Amino acid sequence: MLVTFKLLRFDPDKDDKSHWETYQVELEPTDRVLDGLEAIKGRLDGTLGYRRSCAHGVCGSDAMLINGRNHLACKTLVKNVKQPITIEPMRGFKVLKDFIVDMDGFFQKYRHVQPYLIEKSPRPEKERLQSPEQRERFDDTTKCILCGACTTSCPSFWANPAYIGPAAIVQAHRFIFDSRDEGKEERLSVLNTNEGVWRCRTIFNCVEACPRGINVTRAIGEVKQAILKGKV
Amino acid sequence: MAVHQFDAVIVGAGGAGLMAALQATQGLSLNGTVPRVAVLSKLYPTRSHTGTAQGGIGAALGNLEEDHWEWHMFDTVKGGDYLVDQDAAEIMCREAVETVYELEHMGLPFSRTPEGKIAQRPFGGHTREFGKAPVRRSCYAADRTGHMILQTVYQQCIKQGVTFFDEFHVVDLLIHNGMTCGVVAIQIATGELHTFHTKAVLFATGGCGRMYKITSNALTLTGDGMGVVYRRGLPLQDMEFFQFHPTGIYKMGILITEGARGEGGILRNNSGERFMERYAATLKDLAPRDMVSRAIYKEVREGRGIDGKDYVYLDLTHLDPQVIHDKLPDITDFVETYLGIDPSKKPIPVQPTAHYAMGGIPTNIHAEVVIDEKNSVMPGLYAAGECACVSVHGANRLGTNSLVDIIVFGRRGGKAIGQFVPKAALPPLPSDPEGATRERIQRLRQGNGSESVARIREELQREMMDKASVFRIRPDLEKMLEILRDLKGRYLNIRLQDTGTQFNTELLEAFELGHLLDLAKVTVTCALAREESRGAHSREDFPKRDDPNWLKHSLAWQNGEGVKLSFKPVSITKFKPQERKY
Repeated sequence: MLVTFKLLRFDPDKDDKSHWETYQVELEPTDRVLDGLEAIKGRLDGTLGYRRSCAHGVCGSDAMLINGRNHLACKTLVKNVKQPITIEPMRGFKVLKDFIVDMDGFFQKYRHVQPYLIEKSPRPEKERLQSPEQRERFDDTTKCILCGACTTSCPSFWANPAYIGPAAIVQAHRFIFDSRDEGKEERLSVLNTNEGVWRCRTIFNCVEACPRGINVTRAIGEVKQAILKGKV
Repeated sequence: MAVHQFDAVIVGAGGAGLMAALQATQGLSLNGTVPRVAVLSKLYPTRSHTGTAQGGIGAALGNLEEDHWEWHMFDTVKGGDYLVDQDAAEIMCREAVETVYELEHMGLPFSRTPEGKIAQRPFGGHTREFGKAPVRRSCYAADRTGHMILQTVYQQCIKQGVTFFDEFHVVDLLIHNGMTCGVVAIQIATGELHTFHTKAVLFATGGCGRMYKITSNALTLTGDGMGVVYRRGLPLQDMEFFQFHPTGIYKMGILITEGARGEGGILRNNSGERFMERYAATLKDLAPRDMVSRAIYKEVREGRGIDGKDYVYLDLTHLDPQVIHDKLPDITDFVETYLGIDPSKKPIPVQPTAHYAMGGIPTNIHAEVVIDEKNSVMPGLYAAGECACVSVHGANRLGTNSLVDIIVFGRRGGKAIGQFVPKAALPPLPSDPEGATRERIQRLRQGNGSESVARIREELQREMMDKASVFRIRPDLEKMLEILRDLKGRYLNIRLQDTGTQFNTELLEAFELGHLLDLAKVTVTCALAREESRGAHSREDFPKRDDPNWLKHSLAWQNGEGVKLSFKPVSITKFKPQERKY
């Protein structure tokens, strides 16, 4: 089938501001939007810029605004989206070229929550024990691929770019609710600030945007509860 | 020209690279030196392909039943059709146990047994008592074990303060007076060249599956590290051995973990027959990947593909839906997303998908790169993971052993660097270190022909799939060499549309295609030379394994426009070669 794409283009070497361009390519209905971008770049316009790697929704490279909502281009099938397929970069990050945005601030915030297991007790000889129930407690937030779809769909983040954002909170949640972690206090205090969890207004855009199906708003709510109760 | 100085530079930020970076940093700290280790990756580290590994990491923990590293070693050696270097396999299978515990200590969220231990499940070719029956050895975190490994090791690198250069694409290796002295990288955001001047370089750039049309590999897996090293006149080893994973999603190649069969999934042909019973009476669907892929090709050739087409079914419909939900959630999501199928209700159409290069940059057990038949070490150069060839996978890698490999040998490489750096002086750079790269870029940018990267790449992938994949035969391989000569000629006639500097990914794709063309040539040349069938290399005109003539590793050097071959012996310690039956 012939598929029409409307792409919001921006070339930093040439353009002062972005503009729309339309392309048509032959695709299978079951092809991914990413296949469409690859076809455009390969056959029509080699200047198109976007990030991509695994092409099946695991690496988190190709989050973008497809028909007005954040999706991974590789997890969105052509047959499931209306034509023309409009694509824009994620909102709220500086656009570097076409759909490539500056992720450095995003990863800075990720680092800010101390996204690693904090250990105080000595390591045992073998594995630490953790029951399946304890493991289940933080399973949802281990799925995060740091694509940025949640943070850039969040009106609170658009309004205040200093907000740490849902993705960083999801990463913090993954450790706060891990029975093996011994750094909950430090992490909760990072999040218990004006730019931390309290910026979240439970708008649920993040839940809808997450390509991994993480219940992001619930995770943020659980972190808020943990701060209020002073324990998990 | 931007020049950076580091003690060590790690190229690639998947499991092997990050593990090496961690160890090198820790090692140098212990030595009392302030470690200056940089990790360069053309991606953000969390985008690396380690993250897509699904089914598990093999280690004889014995959490659910008796197991021993010797059994794991035997399976690895036999799985590799006896081309495995047994000294390396012994180290890998022994150290797998402590490294899995180390990963758990780092915080890796493994699935758990009811007692709270790391959960384990069966996997292809992993057996107890030297082949008697499947054993639960694969330590897993649902079906996203690789994701958890990548995340966990990256988290630890952040904790340790490892320095990252994200989106730096390494395009050249610098060797001066026989010493490794750095790499040249393109900063993708600006297009600028950077020279990294260093005492030690470790390549951990992954595989080259993108030389085939149907592949589980990321679009970025273009063999950059292997290609760079090869162009600098160093050999590649055992490149004829390329693994096809039996269960890729039909037409797309997306991986469906062997863990699906580990949990009880069954392969069926067009009459619903469990055909693996005819090919591997003991292990059936859990036979090693090369055998299962060949079995699928045979079923298809003999008219037993589904609807007469080139695929079969992976049937999970008899499994408890809760097991599918708990243990295979990601593949369920993939199958639902891309095929619109609920795997608990309908079978999944699958075909073999190009998955893993057993060959690569030859190394010894310390991840030091070795450069000849006598295994002479190239000072300051290291490699680990899929881009390297230790060789622990021989002619066919067992499932889970890629993750074991990256963790064990990434760690060993990092340790070796930690010991090497304090004793080594910073070797001088050659004059104009970026010269060769600048020339190459200029040539690509000035190309004024009618060819495009995408078109040549597409032809390469289609032809390699057709002529040099699961089954091989002389006329096809010879024809493929001709095609590669033609494609190489056309490659010089490429015209790039993007003349910009910032994020010029078209230019980078041209670099990548250059590597794929070189590596395909090496693969086909070695495949043509090896007149036997062993592991994943299956010659229809030489259907038997030929130990007297071919129990040896191949080495391939660039020689003008051609490939020069040589061979070196296999290390055989505990297990004498036997007939490989399952």
